[in-house]
Amino acid sequence: MIVAQAKDINEIADKLTNYEKILVAGCATCVAECMAGGEKEVAITASALRMALRLRGCQAQVAEVTADRQCEWELIEEIAPQVEAADVVVSLACGVGVACMWDRFEPKPIIPGVNTVFLGHREKPGLWLERCAACGDCTIDRTAGICPIARCAKSLQNGPCGGSTDGKCEIDPELDCAWHLIIERLKAMNQLDTLRENTPPRDWSTSRDGGPRRVVVEDVEE
Amino acid sequence: MSSTSNLQRVLSAGHFAVTGEVGPPTGADAQALKAKADILRGCCDAYNVTDNQTAVVRMSSIAASAILLAEGLEPVMQMVCRDRNRIAIQSDILGAAALGIRNCLCLSGDHQSFGAAGKLHGHPGAKNVYDIDSVQLLSIIRDLRDKSLQQGGDSVTVAPDMLIGAAWTPLGDPIDFRVIRLAKKVAAGAQFIQTQSIFEVSRFAEQMKLVRNEGLHEKVAILAGIIVPKSAGMLRYMNKNVAGVTVPDELIERMDQASDRKEEGLKVTVELIEQVKAIEGVRGVHIQAIEAEHLIPEIVKRADLLPRPASGEAS
Ligand code: SF4
Ligand code: SF4
Repeated sequence: MIVAQAKDINEIADKLTNYEKILVAGCATCVAECMAGGEKEVAITASALRMALRLRGCQAQVAEVTADRQCEWELIEEIAPQVEAADVVVSLACGVGVACMWDRFEPKPIIPGVNTVFLGHREKPGLWLERCAACGDCTIDRTAGICPIARCAKSLQNGPCGGSTDGKCEIDPELDCAWHLIIERLKAMNQLDTLRENTPPRDWSTSRDGGPRRVVVEDVEE
Repeated sequence: MSSTSNLQRVLSAGHFAVTGEVGPPTGADAQALKAKADILRGCCDAYNVTDNQTAVVRMSSIAASAILLAEGLEPVMQMVCRDRNRIAIQSDILGAAALGIRNCLCLSGDHQSFGAAGKLHGHPGAKNVYDIDSVQLLSIIRDLRDKSLQQGGDSVTVAPDMLIGAAWTPLGDPIDFRVIRLAKKVAAGAQFIQTQSIFEVSRFAEQMKLVRNEGLHEKVAILAGIIVPKSAGMLRYMNKNVAGVTVPDELIERMDQASDRKEEGLKVTVELIEQVKAIEGVRGVHIQAIEAEHLIPEIVKRADLLPRPASGEAS
């Protein structure tokens, strides 16, 4: 899923001082899972905004709504009446949701209320981890299900750098070294030698480096 | 400009090689490099020129290498994968070879979050590249040189003459992988290796045994990394903060007790050199005296490594 994180409330409030009718719009899918933009967070954000705006001398009304998803036209439509009634929307959806909301409601300003951070999962309560960098050419089986593109700080393809210490990455003692995890897993599987073969330079053209990407599926009827 | 690498000549003649290190200045200061060159001239076969080490902006390794070359010192130009993609790297390799630079050390590079281990601001907000890794970099330079082929498949008119090397952290985590990692670098074309600094000689010797079991010592010239200890505090810091480096307590204590730290540091260094020299498969040393380059001539002399084999037409 897409993992997002709440923005600082003051950053959002500073952008809202000139509006009267504000709508905080949540999204009940990924961002709800990661406790950044679901119905609950909409309520929390809305009341924090009311307070922050009052401190700024603004009397704006802050309404709340949560779409099942802000990245699907039909589901966006379900919250259209509330959006139309507002001067500005603070969207707690991921960047995709914010972008779709702009497309649908232009020129209404849609302000991001969360930071979209990565594609990942909930490792345990309160901890989400990045798992995939959407490189467009999945080879995660080579490294036993632990993707070094997403999880190694240098996206190394041929084993750990010299900075790996006690299983942690050189950039942060709290961060697992992806290559340490890969090596431990392959060792347990008795397949460490599979890493002896050198991985050639990657073709990054399938990733964001190749430009914005599109997926086309032929013969799909409206 | 068609001279080959002096380091290569020294190694192929079977001499025990000595390399040193010259950190480029944090300014457009050719004079600083020339001053270091004056101190170091004649005491090593080649001198590593670091490439924005610990992610701190310094004079480019290619420019600093060219300055050293003009001073009659043979550079080992370091090249990290952090800051350049394969287009920039190959272009720099062609340029470096055209300038007469004959050695390149291929590294992943310290992550940009380092900023001199917190001592300077650095540029933690920089975007890193990591288009390729150090193993891939080795093979790219090898193919440029041996096949006149760019990574993308186009040819080059004049192939760069370049001895290529890599770093190795023999005692780094995960330890079970370190010899495989070396084997990968050798397979990718590494001709020489400079190791992370060694303080635990016996553990290093064990790793070297595994290296010999794989026959890697015959395929690549391994230069053991030696860091000149300056104080017990420095050793403690390294022990705690430098990945893959463990400093035995006795050594820290010895530096602590020493009445003349500088002298003790020199003694320790010379002892370390002699100990690693005795290990089969070690074909040289890479000596680092961080911000104390002036100690290197004395060390090399005491370790009985002078004079260095004549550098022929290296300059
Ligand atoms: S290889 Fe690419 S697609 Fe597969 S997990 Fe890694 S980043 Fe994602
Ligand atoms: S320590 Fe591990 S995860 Fe961190 S950059 Fe090095 S190999 Fe990658």
